[in-house]
Amino acid sequence: MSTEARAGTFPAVDWEGGAFPYRVGHRKLGMWLFIVSDSLTFSALLIGYSYLRASNVWPTPFPFYPSIVFSSVMTFCLLSSSLTMVFGVSASSKGDKAKARKWILATMVFGAAFVILHLIEWQHLMEQGLRPFYLPESWVQAFTTTQGVPPSPLFGATFFTITGLHMFHVATGIIYLGVVAARVNKLKHEDVEISGLYWHFVDLVWMFVFPLIYILSVDMGGHLAGVAH
Amino acid sequence: MTAHADAHGDEHFAGTNKLFISIWVWLVALTLVEIFLAYRPMSTVVMLVILLGLSIIKAALIVAYFMHLKFERLSLILTLIPMLVVCILLLFVFFPDSFRSAGLRYQFKEAPPVAPPVVEE
Repeated sequence: MSTEARAGTFPAVDWEGGAFPYRVGHRKLGMWLFIVSDSLTFSALLIGYSYLRASNVWPTPFPFYPSIVFSSVMTFCLLSSSLTMVFGVSASSKGDKAKARKWILATMVFGAAFVILHLIEWQHLMEQGLRPFYLPESWVQAFTTTQGVPPSPLFGATFFTITGLHMFHVATGIIYLGVVAARVNKLKHEDVEISGLYWHFVDLVWMFVFPLIYILSVDMGGHLAGVAH
Repeated sequence: MTAHADAHGDEHFAGTNKLFISIWVWLVALTLVEIFLAYRPMSTVVMLVILLGLSIIKAALIVAYFMHLKFERLSLILTLIPMLVVCILLLFVFFPDSFRSAGLRYQFKEAPPVAPPVVEE
């Protein structure tokens, strides 16, 4: 009999400990703790980005197409992947392993679409000349202030670090879900649910990256339209 | 295994597909609002506040329903969430320095920087 099963027979009151105070398995609690620590990693990165942005002249270079269209479609892909994942976990809880596997595979397809679109979006920016520590010449011209202060070259560093780390999480998640889908018949329901927790977390992080990196960097004034690329 | 199932009998994966679809619709709708806001003329600070507000709502929806935390025991929620919020807020301690260094670097408002005159006393 597992610890979880025995714990169910103890009438443990919340806050008095007991053998099973959170009523989740140790693996699920471990994933939650990982998610909390990873949240802090992304928070620190986003706050570091905000620090630099607030203390520098910061370029706002993203055009509606391709940047905002691509990032919006990517957001849609991730949100939809979360929905398919929750369907997979729901099917798994009812013991329907075959259905759970299909939904997890659908989640992986949406995740892969996200990564591919994101890489194309990166390529657009790199073709313009964006690098981690250099801005494209046209951006420097367009966003230098009337007092002659140039925009910060750290735009690329923050952009590639934050979106890159997020993309790494998505790619890792696709592999993780692939393993779960392949072994779904041998895994307990809670293990499927844990992979769902990770996937939803990756979606959650994008809910902050998308507005802070993309929406707040829209080229509202049409600065780049007047500068030859 | 039966005992295991019994112990977990009251905590099957709660929530119907209809509920999850409605959450997804809300998330997509809030994202569309964000994209719409991107093209409204407003100050960066106002935009930032609105966008962060919307993001926190979206994050809460994902955590509560998709990640199922709403259906977990209160002790788990209280262990995970408050300390995370406090730790993130503690990182805000760096912002005064950010605003200060912006002021140090770009004091000049009208003319490009020139070397300060030598003052002899």
